[in-house]
Amino acid sequence: MELVTSFLAAAIVAGTPLLFATLGEIITERAGNLNLGVEGMMLMGAVIGFQMGLVTGSPIMALLAAMLAGALGASIFAVLTISLRANQVVSGLALTIFGTGFSGFVGKELVGQVAPDSIKMFFKPFSLPGLGNIPFLGKVFFNQDLFVYLGYLTAVILGIYLYKTRKGLNLRAVGENPGAADAASININLYKYVHVLLGGALCGLGGAYLSLVYVPAWQENITAGRGWIAVALVIFATWNPYKALFGSYLFGGLDIIGFRIQGTDIQVSQYFIDMLPYLVTIIVLVMVSLRKSKRNAPPRGLGVPYFREER
Amino acid sequence: MLYKFVKRSEITQRKSIEIRTVAILLALLVSALFILILDLNPLEVYLAMIKGAFGSSYRIKQTIINTIPLVITSLGIAIAFKMKFWNIGAEGQIMMGAFAASFFALRFPELPPFLLLPLMMVAGIIGGGLWAVIPAFFKAQWETNETIVTLMMNYIALKWVTYLQYGPWRDQKALGFPKIPNFSENAILPNVFGVHIGWIFALVLIVLTYIFMNHSKLGFEIAVLGESDNTARYAGINIKKTIVIALLISGGLSGLTGVIQASAVSNTLNVEISGGIGYTAIITTWLGSLSAPLILLVSILFAALIQGGSFIQTAFGIPEAAALILEGMILFFVLGSEFFVKYKLVKNVVYQPVAGKEEV
Repeated sequence: MELVTSFLAAAIVAGTPLLFATLGEIITERAGNLNLGVEGMMLMGAVIGFQMGLVTGSPIMALLAAMLAGALGASIFAVLTISLRANQVVSGLALTIFGTGFSGFVGKELVGQVAPDSIKMFFKPFSLPGLGNIPFLGKVFFNQDLFVYLGYLTAVILGIYLYKTRKGLNLRAVGENPGAADAASININLYKYVHVLLGGALCGLGGAYLSLVYVPAWQENITAGRGWIAVALVIFATWNPYKALFGSYLFGGLDIIGFRIQGTDIQVSQYFIDMLPYLVTIIVLVMVSLRKSKRNAPPRGLGVPYFREER
Repeated sequence: MLYKFVKRSEITQRKSIEIRTVAILLALLVSALFILILDLNPLEVYLAMIKGAFGSSYRIKQTIINTIPLVITSLGIAIAFKMKFWNIGAEGQIMMGAFAASFFALRFPELPPFLLLPLMMVAGIIGGGLWAVIPAFFKAQWETNETIVTLMMNYIALKWVTYLQYGPWRDQKALGFPKIPNFSENAILPNVFGVHIGWIFALVLIVLTYIFMNHSKLGFEIAVLGESDNTARYAGINIKKTIVIALLISGGLSGLTGVIQASAVSNTLNVEISGGIGYTAIITTWLGSLSAPLILLVSILFAALIQGGSFIQTAFGIPEAAALILEGMILFFVLGSEFFVKYKLVKNVVYQPVAGKEEV
């Protein structure tokens, strides 16, 4: 039992960077923009957040810097795809290449550096008063660090925003049918810009969790493909922030299962276990595409540039 | 508004090349800012890059050796992209091609080259092709998102080769160093005029791909399918079959790249066999507008960029990642410039109806 709770608690920690990135991509895609630059934006957030943390020692400054860096990456994508109507797939790939280069460039001097103690202390796990003492669930969900709690909160806020507010309804309209939304005098480009940038900021946060809390040190290519898994998780979660919680923690579990198995009698090569998250991503995608339904469909305007003059 | 953008009715080849050239120059200009941050003279750095890529016959050879895999892989990607099948799995397809070829190279080292080399090439093409057919099958059958599946398969291929290198294929004689044994002489592609024979393959494949894309039935079907599923269906094209065959060719070309890199460049299989070629080739494919001759041009440019990039790393101590930033920048600006190829800014005087609505 002790083993199970500690595994689940660790799965949530490992799933938190995925959660932020997935939530970021969900609101980006809800605005009708498919941004494949998640990996790049995570890396930009990871390196800038880490750098800022090293310089200032302030966790708040580090997080703000990471969000800014992610949003900056997203802004390049936004200008290209929203204003200049460039191909979204290729623009996103370009952003990933750029972000990888950017983090390698800035992070060259940071390799091997460890996050400062002030930040490690700030993100130390603590028991949420009241909730932390619930048997089992308390141990798994409510004895975590502040960043993890921020993840729960962000998912819930986004869920309420999307499904319970006027602005969220507008956003969904923009993603589904920009022409109709435009006719209803919703400012399409404003909605797209705001949510693409916000999505980038969340991806930046996901990256910062890796460099500041999860590892917590700088290493090259720290994301190791998590950005791409997040893109797949968006489909898995059917563009729903609540389901993103479940998906992210599930994949967090896959991410750490290798370490856990090494301590037991099960004889599997570590390289095969390392394949698991990628393999399961493929299986999940195939399964999602097998049971197609209207409810689980992507926003209808996804990937299509909107140009009022050509409506 | 005083001004508005309207779609250009047609654009001359010259104008569109002009716009792209300006875009690349702007990218160099913005990247110069990054170099300035490092307290270096951008002009000096760029000149050093050119010198590093073309400064001596040895460096020119190196640039050619870098160009070959980019060209062949890009041709493969172009076939998939033409169909709007976003195959970003070239990296893994290269690796699986190299793996399949290495299997025969290591298993039958005594086989004479005229048997062994073709065997390796066929194996590599099949290995890379099959690796691409898996996502193609999912896409054809259930419309599974190919972008993510092809990418995930890159990671799986990487882990597979890592497993071989650290596990069953590890060279016992290498004194604890994790490497796969070198190929025998028989398994190494010959040199022609000082550079391995891959350059001839690349040139031949450019011509073949050009003919395939522009003058063959399958090439035409791929183009139609890329334009619209419905048109393809209406024209009686077997969509599923076309997707699978096109990706077999696309991945096969990447697989061939893997064979060349393993046999002629590193003389063995290892985890760095692809070294990001699969990703860089995505850029060269796009910048070459999916056209075989243009791909050659852009690939030379990027090979020079990579070669020059590693030169300035040693000369100025600039991180290698700087080349990636430059690649990303060029891509951003060219992507942005497409807009000005398609649209022009005109004074908004009176409303003029546009004759014949075109699709985007």
